[in-house]
Amino acid sequence: MKTFITLCIALASLQAFAVIETYEFKTEQQEQLYTEIINELRCPKCQNQTIAESNAGLSEDLRYIVYQQVSAGESKRDILAYMQERYGDFVLYDPPVKPSNYFLWFAPILVFLIILIAVLSKVGRRKVKPEQSASEGES
Amino acid sequence: MNKKLVLSVAPIITFVILVVFFWFALDKDPKKLNSNLIDKPVPVFQLPSLENPELVYTSESLPKELFLLNVWGSWCGPCHIEHPYLMKFSRQYEVPIVGVNYKDKTIDGLKFIQDKGNPYSMIIADQSGQFGIDLGVYGAPETFVVDENGMVRFRYVGVIDDRVWETKISPVIEHITGQPPMKVSQNSTDVTKN
Repeated sequence: MKTFITLCIALASLQAFAVIETYEFKTEQQEQLYTEIINELRCPKCQNQTIAESNAGLSEDLRYIVYQQVSAGESKRDILAYMQERYGDFVLYDPPVKPSNYFLWFAPILVFLIILIAVLSKVGRRKVKPEQSASEGES
Repeated sequence: MNKKLVLSVAPIITFVILVVFFWFALDKDPKKLNSNLIDKPVPVFQLPSLENPELVYTSESLPKELFLLNVWGSWCGPCHIEHPYLMKFSRQYEVPIVGVNYKDKTIDGLKFIQDKGNPYSMIIADQSGQFGIDLGVYGAPETFVVDENGMVRFRYVGVIDDRVWETKISPVIEHITGQPPMKVSQNSTDVTKN
């Protein structure tokens, strides 16, 4: 019954929810943890889906591993670390802040700052007639 | 005057920077992930040989020299394309190839080898796919370069052919060993592997 309700909720959500297999858990918390984790891991094969959504055989295997580890009482951190050890930061939708990922984290901020500086310096020096500001120079 | 110059040159410079950036970005295949095993040992395993289920392989069974670890399966289309090249390679080079028969039925794996020839020095049967997951495999065929200390040094995802070998893998081996990969000496009796 519980799985049926879960399935209904899943179908009601707009996501294409492609989990075929359902696992039996000892406790409610474990089931929640399992769902949470598989929705936070990116499928290395299909790249734009979580392993919860993906139909790829690999995702199925990874879901099974998550199920086994959750059932064995592993913590979320350990399970994510297990996946990261094998597939790199790529599997995590929330990549850690470390030198190799600095670009990923800070490039948008950098671009924003550059634009901000450019805009401010332009706006700051604007004359009364903005149309003419483009051709202003030290004539 | 100076400011005019700056204003006119800035967009051009920006454009050039973007061109360079996208040039490299486009060159990178986003589907190819970096292996997380680089400079780490081959994961621990204990799996049967494909040809002889009685025989159990562990990390100790791996060659004590530089070798290629090739992950394949009879179910994988590109592996069929890659196989003739591996056959040619095994006749041409001294570098051993260790096969990992990944998530395959024993019968299918054996049939593949019997029909097409066996380029491998040994084949590890990874039916459950756990070893593949430990290797971080996400798409067969995948080929790892493992050095004589058992460390993974390089991974190539996809089909190996002459071009990939010449441009990607051979240079890596040369970089590791300091010499080009050993070719099978011509004067020795030509033993073709079956």
